[in-house]
Order: sequence, then C-alpha cells, then structure tokens
Amino acid sequence: MKKTILILLLTTIAMISTGLVMASGGGYPKSPANVDVDDMASLQRGAKVFSDYCLSCHSAKFVRFNRVADDLGMTEAEVMDNLNPLGVKFGNTMTAVMTEDYAKESFGAVPPDLSLVARSRGVDWLYTYLTGFYADSSKTTGHNNAIFKDVGMPNIFWKQEGVKEAVYEEHDGTKVLVGVKVVEKGTMAPEEFDTMIRDLVAFLSYIGEPNQSYRKSLGVYVLVFLFVFFGLAYAMKKDYWKDVH
Amino acid sequence: MEQKSNGLMGWIDARYPATKTWEKHLAKYYTPKNFNFWYFFGSLAFMVLVIQILSGVFLTMFYKPDTALAFQSVEMGIMRDVEWGWLIRYFHSTGASAFFIVVYLHMFRALIYGSYKKPRELIWIFGMLIFLALMAEGFMGYLLPWGQMSFWGAQVIINLVSAIPFVGEGLSTWVRGDFVIGDATLNRFFSLHVAAIPLILVGLIFAHIVALHEVGSNNPDGVEIKKNKDENGIPKDGIPFHPYYSVKDIVGVVVFLMFFSIVVFFMPEMFGYFIEHANFEPANPLKTPEHIAPVWYFTPYYSILRAVPSIAGSAFPGVIAMGASIVILFFLPWLDRNPVKSIRYRAGWYKILIAIFVVTFIILGILGTLSPTDGRTLLAQICTVYYFAFFLLMPFYTKLEKNKPVPERTT
Repeated sequence: MKKTILILLLTTIAMISTGLVMASGGGYPKSPANVDVDDMASLQRGAKVFSDYCLSCHSAKFVRFNRVADDLGMTEAEVMDNLNPLGVKFGNTMTAVMTEDYAKESFGAVPPDLSLVARSRGVDWLYTYLTGFYADSSKTTGHNNAIFKDVGMPNIFWKQEGVKEAVYEEHDGTKVLVGVKVVEKGTMAPEEFDTMIRDLVAFLSYIGEPNQSYRKSLGVYVLVFLFVFFGLAYAMKKDYWKDVH
Repeated sequence: MEQKSNGLMGWIDARYPATKTWEKHLAKYYTPKNFNFWYFFGSLAFMVLVIQILSGVFLTMFYKPDTALAFQSVEMGIMRDVEWGWLIRYFHSTGASAFFIVVYLHMFRALIYGSYKKPRELIWIFGMLIFLALMAEGFMGYLLPWGQMSFWGAQVIINLVSAIPFVGEGLSTWVRGDFVIGDATLNRFFSLHVAAIPLILVGLIFAHIVALHEVGSNNPDGVEIKKNKDENGIPKDGIPFHPYYSVKDIVGVVVFLMFFSIVVFFMPEMFGYFIEHANFEPANPLKTPEHIAPVWYFTPYYSILRAVPSIAGSAFPGVIAMGASIVILFFLPWLDRNPVKSIRYRAGWYKILIAIFVVTFIILGILGTLSPTDGRTLLAQICTVYYFAFFLLMPFYTKLEKNKPVPERTT
C-alpha cells in the first residue's frame, strides 16, 4: 500500500510538472516587474505617474481617492491636489478625464478600465508591455508593441523613453521579434525611466488588490494560531486514544 | 406520558429524541478503530460545506444578480468597499475548489477500500448524487462574478446542450431563458446557486449519513465489525464516534485549515486555477478570450468531451461520452464483482490498474486546461479509452483476481 501511494505521488508530481512545462512557453518573453507593493514611496510616485499619464484616457472606476490616501499614507490635500485632475469628491473613484464618447470618436473604442488590469494581465506582462513599444511607421500611432501586437494605444512615454527599434532574430528562416532597443535618447536616463515604469506597475498592482499586503500579514498570524491549535488538538487526540489498542 | 429520566433533558427526551439521536449518531455510533488518513475527508467535506454556506450567506447580502451590476458588486463592493468582504469572497472561492479536492479524495478512499460494495450501495449512490449536485452548484456559482471566464465557460457548457439532436436548440434556450446568456440566465443561476441546489445538497448529505449510520462504516481492512460483538452487543473492533473520532477529526480539520489558509492568504488565485486571470475582466459577449478553459475540477470530463471526434459536425458523441464518464460511476457497486472490499487483500495487478486510473484521470485534468494539439488530443483519447475500459471491463477482470485471505478482525 505504501508503495502504491509512493508511486501515485511520484507520477502525480511528474505529470503536473510536465503539464506546467507544456502550459508555458510561446509568445514574446515577459520580463520580471520586480515591484514591491509595500514600498510607499514607490506607490506614491506610481500614483502620480498614473494620474498624470493614464488617467487622461483610462479610468480606474473601482478605486476611491480616499482609499488611496489611506493606504498610501497621503493626506486629503495631497491626493486632491496631485492625483485628481477632474477634481471629483474625495470619496469618489478615479474616472478618466476624456469622455467615453470622445474616446470612441478618437480611438474607435473606450480604453479599458485599469482597476484590475494587474490581476487579469499580471505585473510582468504590464512591465513588458509598457517598455515594449517600438517605432513602426505602418501604424497610425507611429508605434507598435512587442507583446501586444497592433495595440491601439499610442506610446505616451516616447518623449521620456526615446525612440526604440524592434530587434529581430532569424529562426528557421522566419523573423522572430526578440526585443526592443533605444536608438534615439529620450529626456530620461534609461534607469530613471525604468524606475518610473516599475513605480507605475507597483501602483497598478496595488489598485488591483488594495488589501494584498494586509492579507499576507494577517495570514502569518492565522498560520501561527493554527500551528498552536494543532499542538493542542494533537495532544488531546493522543490523550483520548491512549486506551484504544 | 412517561419520563425515563428527570430534569430538563428528561422533559425534552419525552417529547423529542434528543438523547436518542445524540447516542445513535455520535456517542454510541460504533466506528472501526483502524481508520487511516483517507478517513478524514468525509468530515472535512462537511466542514467545507459549512464554510461555503456561511461565507455564501454573507456574499449574498452584497452581491447583485444583474448583468449591469454583478461584476462591480463583486470586484468593487465585496472586494474593496465591504469590510472583510475580500476575506469572505476568498473563503468562498477557495472553498469551492477545496470542496472538489476533498470530495475527489473521499471518492478515491471509497474506490480503494470497496466502500461502495454491499451493503453500502445506497451510500455510494447518494454520494454520486451529491457529486452531481456539487458540479451543478460549482458551475452556476462560477457565472455569478460575471467575468470573461464566467460568461464564456457557461457559453461552452450550455452550447453542449444544443448539440443534442432535435431538441438541443430549444433545450438550451430554455436553460438560458434567452437566446444568449444574459440577465435572465444570471438571475436563474443565482436563484439555483443560493437556494435550490444547496437545499438539495443538504438533503442528499442527510440521506448519505443516515444510510451510513444504518449499515455502519467500512474500514481499510474491509471487514464488517458488526460480525464480532461482545456480550453487550458492542462491536469488538468498534469505538464510539464521539469522543474518539470527534477529537481525531479536529486534528484533521486544523491541518486542512492550514492548507486552506495558505491559499486564502497567500495565493487566492492559486496561479489562475482557483480564480482564472481572465475573470478579472468583465464579461464581454463580443470578445471571445484567446483560450477558454473550464475551472480545474471540470477539466477531466472536458478532456473526454474533446477527445471524442465529432460526427457530421455534431459534438453530440463527445457530449454522450462526457455524460457517460459520470453516469458509469453510479454503477460501480455492480461492476466490481470481487467480494473482497479492501485493496489490501486484492490482487497486486488490481492496485496497478487503480494507480494507472489515477494517473490517466490527472492527465485528462491537465489536458483539459490546455488548448488542444494533435499530440494532446491523441493522449486524451488514450486516457479516455482507459477511463472507460477500467470500468466497463471490471465485471470480467475482477472475477480473475487472486485474493489474499481477509482477516476476521481489523488489523
């Protein structure tokens, strides 16, 4: 019996690992975002980038300003002055400056809401996407994206980032897009730009699940409690069972 | 009216079988003393049911079954604005997957120790009905957050109904309450998920336990402890469920809660298996996701469905195979002709057959989460053939087994 269980366990592990291998792979490689949602300074900077660049067209309609202030350690005045271009009430949510009708007229579609984009796409995808624009004269926006081909969004950071070019490699006679590289310097140093994008992705991760840090810290206490409870429950079981032979 | 004892309990017992029920089902329910690891999952399944009902009650207070409001009521209302709403939602979403994990292990226990055999056939049948109700509960609950996978997963499954010849189209319209999945569908799924199916589940679980306590529990040796009783009529190998198994099951509950908490607090999406990433986008009937996969607990059957080639453009044969893969389990007590219950005293090669069965079931599950390729479809077909052969050939091969001697008493 023990042997059977062992065989089952081993084969299960083997299957799951091959399954995972089969599931991954394919597509443009994602770069790790390495964001820290406990870094308040990073989140505050990210919030500012979000408000200055994203909020013009995108909404985050599930995110309330007063909640952001609470979680990021900012005062009401700081949030209202720096993050709230429309000047909505403190308890209201982040709404795009651009109206939906205007967005439809100019882009053909309403830009997606960003409240949960970090959860549907993942932070690595977002980081790769935001750093993955390259010049492509065939597109109306003048840019294409390495991980999101033919995306409708223009490259809003081109001034800071500079002009990028796609890098191709030959694989069995077909050209494969493997990366992008800066060919014309922007107003920001590459490291400075990278930090800005990581701050933005950290903020997107935070608004995707504002409770995530608290959730994890609470989980540690819950597990410690259960561990102690396990000791007591096990001792009680031993005691009750000592007369069973 | 005659009172057997005095005091409040005596007064109650003369009017309601309180002490009698307590003794019949707990304090004097004699349970084999040799239960092992596999016997935790019955009580754990019951506990997950309680978690689901309690968390579900609170979610229902804040959820809005309306296609215009549902997604927001979950992702903004419950996950952000409601105090502790996020925790209750994660209890419920993790509980759904935990329910299936626990129930699959509970069913596997029955398979290896022959707990479905005479005189426990009805316990198995009630259990299978519980499993069916649970699948309906899981399927309908998954539509409620109204995310992309909620919508498209339901679309794929309801379209299976329309593959039935002649009546399919009408039937699927009847199920949806509309020609497309819409507000009517969401409202009826909500009603069924929070009222009808939970009631059916609780009723079936009641019948499952009443049937179990009538004939008594099986055990890893597959011997009937009621055959060996002492002078007081108490089984020699039996111990009262309470306090012995109540204190033991508490240990199991705590260990379970540790795993449960690790998921709830540290990985509630479970890498996209418990909450699929695409479900963080609101349902959009005009935008088909790149890859539609049902939640993991349905994927083995989904693989079987896809493994069967369609005939004349109709997926109906696959639908039949998928249905048959579940229906066949109901007949297990009569397919297995070996009188020996426990795998401990059955042929070595039968253990190997079961081990391969488990592996094929897991492969089918993994394949069901992936998009099909020629190689994967072939693998799914091989596994599907084994799945059915394992059950359909059972009446023949179980007669050929050379059993080991079964002991009189538990070991």
